[in-house]
Amino acid sequence: MNSGKFFDEMRGTDGSVREAYKAIANWLETVPKRELNTRRKEAEILFRRMGITFLVYGAGAPSERLIPFDILPRVITADEWSLIENGCLQRVRAINAFLQDIYHNQDIIKAGRVPAETVMTNPKYRPEMQHLDLPGDTYVHITGIDLVRVGEREFYVLEDNLRNPSGVSYMLENREVMMRLFPHLFSRHRIAPVNNYPDLLLQNLRAVAPPGVEQPTVALLTPGIYNSAYFEHVFLADEMGVELVEGQDLFVRDDHVYMRTTHGPVQVDVIYRRIDDEFLDPLVFNPDSLLGVPGLLSAYRAGGVSLANAIGTGVADDKAIYTYVPDMIDFYLGEKPILSNVPTWALRKPDDLKYVLDHLPELVVKEVGGAGGYGMLVGPAASKAEIAAYRERIIADPSNFIAQPTLALSTCPTFTDKGVAPRHVDLRPYVLTGINSTVVPGGLTRVALREGSLVVNSSQGGGTKDTWVLRGPRTGGAS
Amino acid sequence: MTIVLSRSADHLYWISRYMERAENTARILDVSDRMGLLPTSTSGGEWDAVLQITGDIGAFHQKFPEASAANVISHLTLDADNPSSIYSTVRAARENARAERVGITTEMWEALNSTWLEISNLTAARLASRGYRNFFDWIKERSHLFRGASVATMLRDERYHFLRLGTFLERADNTARILDVKYHILLPDTEDVGSAIDHFQWGALLRSVSAYRNYHHAYKQVITPINVADLLIFNDSFPRSLHSCHDELVTLLDDISGPRGNEAARQSGEIHAMLHYGRIETVFKQGLHEYLSDFIVRNNQLSSEIQAAYLVAH
Repeated sequence: MNSGKFFDEMRGTDGSVREAYKAIANWLETVPKRELNTRRKEAEILFRRMGITFLVYGAGAPSERLIPFDILPRVITADEWSLIENGCLQRVRAINAFLQDIYHNQDIIKAGRVPAETVMTNPKYRPEMQHLDLPGDTYVHITGIDLVRVGEREFYVLEDNLRNPSGVSYMLENREVMMRLFPHLFSRHRIAPVNNYPDLLLQNLRAVAPPGVEQPTVALLTPGIYNSAYFEHVFLADEMGVELVEGQDLFVRDDHVYMRTTHGPVQVDVIYRRIDDEFLDPLVFNPDSLLGVPGLLSAYRAGGVSLANAIGTGVADDKAIYTYVPDMIDFYLGEKPILSNVPTWALRKPDDLKYVLDHLPELVVKEVGGAGGYGMLVGPAASKAEIAAYRERIIADPSNFIAQPTLALSTCPTFTDKGVAPRHVDLRPYVLTGINSTVVPGGLTRVALREGSLVVNSSQGGGTKDTWVLRGPRTGGAS
Repeated sequence: MTIVLSRSADHLYWISRYMERAENTARILDVSDRMGLLPTSTSGGEWDAVLQITGDIGAFHQKFPEASAANVISHLTLDADNPSSIYSTVRAARENARAERVGITTEMWEALNSTWLEISNLTAARLASRGYRNFFDWIKERSHLFRGASVATMLRDERYHFLRLGTFLERADNTARILDVKYHILLPDTEDVGSAIDHFQWGALLRSVSAYRNYHHAYKQVITPINVADLLIFNDSFPRSLHSCHDELVTLLDDISGPRGNEAARQSGEIHAMLHYGRIETVFKQGLHEYLSDFIVRNNQLSSEIQAAYLVAH
């Protein structure tokens, strides 16, 4: 089952089952495939009934789809988790310090650790944020860090996702469904709960209310029902018990933001916005946007309302800035990175460009501002013609691309049409920051369902799994 | 005081209005389908009447030359292009619910969502083989399920009040329309008065508003047109009567209150007084049709006033 080429999370290279998966392996030996099939169908019915769908945009009208769910859980030991947790916390601390710095004194640029032009000419850099002080100096309140595992204790950070990371509703609903389908497995493991995430989120959002507000009112701002993550917006607002608002429900008066209600205006203090910077305020950013709230930026700058995440955080999750995160950890915290960056070639550098063009069939190439697995080249899986076409695109605009080695993503047992088989996975844990930071023990595991595939994005045939963090002698918590 | 976004209140109001409308369309089709089984039904007048009640004769005739049973049923059940078809009203209810997942309970959402999933997979052929009557019964059941889920699970705050407003405004409108149109279809054939056919037709009308047994409990005598009208208009213990609907509406508006709603409360009080103190004999002297037309206009004015006061963002 394990070729040894990839790290398998259930079995060692000799085929022996790792400690964390003992109970799962025992169960898999006795459970008939028929029953797994029945459970898989049940899971699908549950997801459909709960309305957990996402919109897929392609040719023709957008369609509502379910993200495929794999009924076999991914298991992470307490020890492995503490590595992930500390690594994520460290990264978020450094990134918040970096954002505070570049929007104030720019010490890291003056020290020559990050080139000025990489920051200042970045399209996600927001001059409006310069010298604005935020409650707790917190810029990223919600982070979803994409990790891949390549060995026993070897994790790489793929992306930091500092703008509007989505997917946390799947973490919560996957758990809900698993507890319904396999209660006996939960009694055989000590699995850290994740369902306090919405509570923690609310707590952190309230913590960053403008100074002096005693009982802050929080609202979640959504682009509306046609957004692909709308289900998640509804889910989180519901779980937190806050209003789900659209731009048309809000207005700004005297630098404060109000909701339009059946009894007149009600002030809003903290907005968890799931709308990108460009659409937040048509007076400042995109004048054609109907999604935002006119005057919101002015209210924000005057301190009348807090936004999570802050405006202008995108500058730090750009794929070119990503390469400097280890420098940030050193510069601001004086620490060594706990989680590694994937070695990255920035193609705006002539040497890197030459190397990459010579080694395209081995590498993964991505657009600097790309997301969702669109527009990337996976060298080992691409045809000669695809590589040649991509080469043209790179040569036309090298600074728009970065390249990385093809990572040997770890595999987990997955229930496929041919039975239980290893499939490649990644992991997105969620970090919440108000004044302090917390990582909820778990996350979104995405799995590439096609045999041999390394692309886990749902838009490219990926599915999800429930992620179990086992409780050890020490349990995860706040930093 | 609960905070309710105007947009949310609007969604809630329309969710229940559309579900009530889907149910009432099924009821109207059901009664015509029953009447169509009678030997006298050659003129097809009952199917014209259906289009009068739902108020879309114009749209219908752009598509179909004649108001046959098959044409009207196809137009009002699964036609995705017709905004008053059951398909479209269920879709509209579900779209409003989708936009308002925060304001409704899981049970309400699941009741609506599964209704939509089922109806969106239904074909005309499957509908016919399943039997129209079964389909109408099913729609009524789904509407009952949704309403039952709302009553049993929803917090009694302002959201609930807006949801209920939609139900009773729509129901009052529908009961008035059914009575208005059917009454005139049924009345002219004086030679049939008191005959088996007459009994069957009035019975079908009562059944279409679930009032057949209620009638006998309330009046303990043979079915007479004046008693049917009295039951549907004034009887405050019959839950689909105009009086019952406005009993609910007057209370709901009182619960919502706030200075924005003064005019809505005044109009509602006026309609309620008309139903509370009115007598069927007076109505028949004035003319039933005139009375019901006036009611439908007032009921609509009230719904416009509610929308202006609470549901449109200020």
